[in-house]
Amino acid sequence: MKRFALAAALLAATLIAVPPADAKTFRWASQGDILTMDPHSQNEALNNGVLADVYETLVTRDKQLKVVPLLAVSWTQPKPTVWRFVLRKDVKFHDGTPFTADDVVFSMQRAQAPSSNFQIYTQGIDKVRKVDDYTVEIETKGPNPVLLDQLTELRIMSKAWAEKNKVTAPQNFIQKEETYSARNANGTGPYMLKSRETDVRTVFVANPNWWGKREGNVTEVIYTPVKSDATRVAALLSGELDFVLDPPPQDIARLKSGGKIKILEGNENRTIFLGMDQHRDELLYSDVKGKNPFKDLRVRQAVYYAIDEAAIQKNVMRGLALPTGSIVAPQVRGYSKELDKRLPHDSAKAKQLLAEAGYPNGFEVTLDCPNNRYINDERICQAVAGMLAQVGIRVKLNAMPRATYFPKIQKFDTSMYLLGWGVPTFDALYSLQSLARTVGPGGDGNFNLGRYSNPQMDARVERIKTETDRAVRDRIIGEALAIHNQDVAHVPLHHQVIPWAMKANVDAVHRADNRVTMNWVTVK
Amino acid sequence: MLAFVLRRILQAAIVMLAVGLIAFSLFRFVGDPVVFMLGQDATPEDRARMTEMLGLDQPFYVQYWDYLARAVRGEFGMSLRQLRPVSTLMVERLPATLELSFVAALFALAVGIPMGVYTALRRNSWLSTVFLTVSLIGVSLPTFLIGILLILVFAVQLGWLPSFGRGETVAIGWWTTGLLTTSGLKALILPAITLGLFQMTLIMRLVRSEMLEVLRTDYIKFARARGLSDRAVHFGHALKNTLVPVITITGLQLGAIIAFAIITETVFQWPGMGLLFIQSVTFADVPVMGAYLMLIALFFVIINLVVDLLYYAVDPRLRIDRAAAAGH
Repeated sequence: MKRFALAAALLAATLIAVPPADAKTFRWASQGDILTMDPHSQNEALNNGVLADVYETLVTRDKQLKVVPLLAVSWTQPKPTVWRFVLRKDVKFHDGTPFTADDVVFSMQRAQAPSSNFQIYTQGIDKVRKVDDYTVEIETKGPNPVLLDQLTELRIMSKAWAEKNKVTAPQNFIQKEETYSARNANGTGPYMLKSRETDVRTVFVANPNWWGKREGNVTEVIYTPVKSDATRVAALLSGELDFVLDPPPQDIARLKSGGKIKILEGNENRTIFLGMDQHRDELLYSDVKGKNPFKDLRVRQAVYYAIDEAAIQKNVMRGLALPTGSIVAPQVRGYSKELDKRLPHDSAKAKQLLAEAGYPNGFEVTLDCPNNRYINDERICQAVAGMLAQVGIRVKLNAMPRATYFPKIQKFDTSMYLLGWGVPTFDALYSLQSLARTVGPGGDGNFNLGRYSNPQMDARVERIKTETDRAVRDRIIGEALAIHNQDVAHVPLHHQVIPWAMKANVDAVHRADNRVTMNWVTVK
Repeated sequence: MLAFVLRRILQAAIVMLAVGLIAFSLFRFVGDPVVFMLGQDATPEDRARMTEMLGLDQPFYVQYWDYLARAVRGEFGMSLRQLRPVSTLMVERLPATLELSFVAALFALAVGIPMGVYTALRRNSWLSTVFLTVSLIGVSLPTFLIGILLILVFAVQLGWLPSFGRGETVAIGWWTTGLLTTSGLKALILPAITLGLFQMTLIMRLVRSEMLEVLRTDYIKFARARGLSDRAVHFGHALKNTLVPVITITGLQLGAIIAFAIITETVFQWPGMGLLFIQSVTFADVPVMGAYLMLIALFFVIINLVVDLLYYAVDPRLRIDRAAAAGH
């Protein structure tokens, strides 16, 4: 009997103590650090991407970016404004507490709190209520065709844990104490936060009790911010890093040629375009007085004809761009290939249009441009300035860092600007509402910085907001995109192509929102 | 004496206030942190609410006054980027910067003085020419380039040393040190050389010219006439007399090393205060930037104050001048 007990104990010990057959560490870097571990505090791309492996959501996106179940196993829509979600059972948080409907209700309310930065994803959500332990209902203020897209960013945290650590509201900036959830995490995801030294390193370990299916083989993830471009590339070459999210574009060719490094290029769903002030009767920054040339469709078309996007793609972007005539990228719902046609590069035609509009000698205008936001943003603007000069539009370039650029243009303090628009919901509404809808309350036209306005467009955007019939909705989106093209509301340039650099023995899955999913990474 | 010290401390306080005022008036041009905090999809109402909550809608002198009023009570506010108290961040980062700066200064002295002595004594040897050429490179190449070159050679090509970071650290109370672990020491070598190279060349050239000067003086000739060994003349008499200005310069340069650590820290991702500052600038994290600038100003003021006081103690002429001036 004693011997049996001993054997059982030994067996149990080996079962517990055996280390994973091969422990794989994945060390990666990008320019800046993860800002916070709080799932409802900072709505920032890197932060959202990393937290998605720690905190899970009701629904998520698969490799093709389709919305698929995660913590919710299924859902129904009893009424157009009521969604009922059945939750996954036997899911546990990292601290061992079981996941129930209470956590969902709590997390949704937390994301709606005044100090949350995720209200963009909770808009239209009216009430969230628990039906039973594994069923919740979300009531929306009106029919909401993009609710599931919004839910992919609303991460679920443990109610009990939040109450215990006094973090029932996201970070409040005025309080003097550090919020516990800023440097501690407790989600249900495949990776658990092991240690966090801000700006130095953040370490995650695989969650041994995770409910889901592991697709990668990484047992430990170390994230290090490395600010200097040259150092980041050097560390990849010297083998101190396995993966760099943002290799400098000018180094790509050199990295490829070495053979030790693999470059994975993927299309981001971010569109780079030019905007023009179409609202004021006189431009703020131009030598044309008493009238606004950009109000004339022919002038906007002339700008379009003047731009040689193929040259930008080749010489400025070195191939890392997908030239486009569409304001939404192909991954976005509502995109249509027929509407993705650029006006051809034709300087003569541009000059002729300018002359017809009454500017045979062109005019002068200032182009505002960020210099640290998009890939090669300032150099794109320089190229555009050169091309416009050839048809007589003399461009004064005003490039500045993002922290000053966005406050300036968001006050409509611009005559012409360059902007890049990514679509986290993967739905064209997000672009059309922000960029082309007449400026108004509730996010309407919040980045329509040239204040383009067309009632035809507005009517369609309003219908897209509430239309739940997928086919009808797609058709209306197509109409809106066609109106956008006819009006030259913006001059689209290209969709960004994002290169990732990694060691030859690393496999990762590129996502159009530039996120590294740790669970999809394999280190050979 | 007391009046002199008080006067100097008062001057120091005015310098600090001026630095703060200039810093805060410049912060408006760094941009708006709210853009980063809320992301680009935020509504104008959200942004207005956040701006008001942070007090960023106030004119800069009001912001500065609030800042001072809180700083006097020992509160430096919260970092907008990391959402943690600024004072905690500073205390966390201070050891890394100070360790790097002191090791760099030590390197500059330990290498610069022997090189200076050698080039002064063997003016025409080929090694002296090499040293002087190297020192010229050290003076003329920008710090970030030296850092990247060192990384390229020692991390990428040879693979001997890490290209970034501080390695493993050991905590002693609130102080973290990398001096006690192998990886910490290895990580320290390249940044310390990068940071100390400029000071090293400065010290070398200073020692060289002072030595040449001293070697021409009468007492060296007399020492030689007494039949003292070269060694005793060079190191016992000449070098000793050159060290006074060297020590002064090194002391004053320490402030510069700490402040210029910004570039070295950025190149090597050294988790010190300089890197914190650079990251705060890109995010327009005003509370951290303010605290950093004030702290660096404080270092400079203290170092200068100490040097002044030492002069006062050492040089009797200063005291006589003051007494005479007071009599008028």
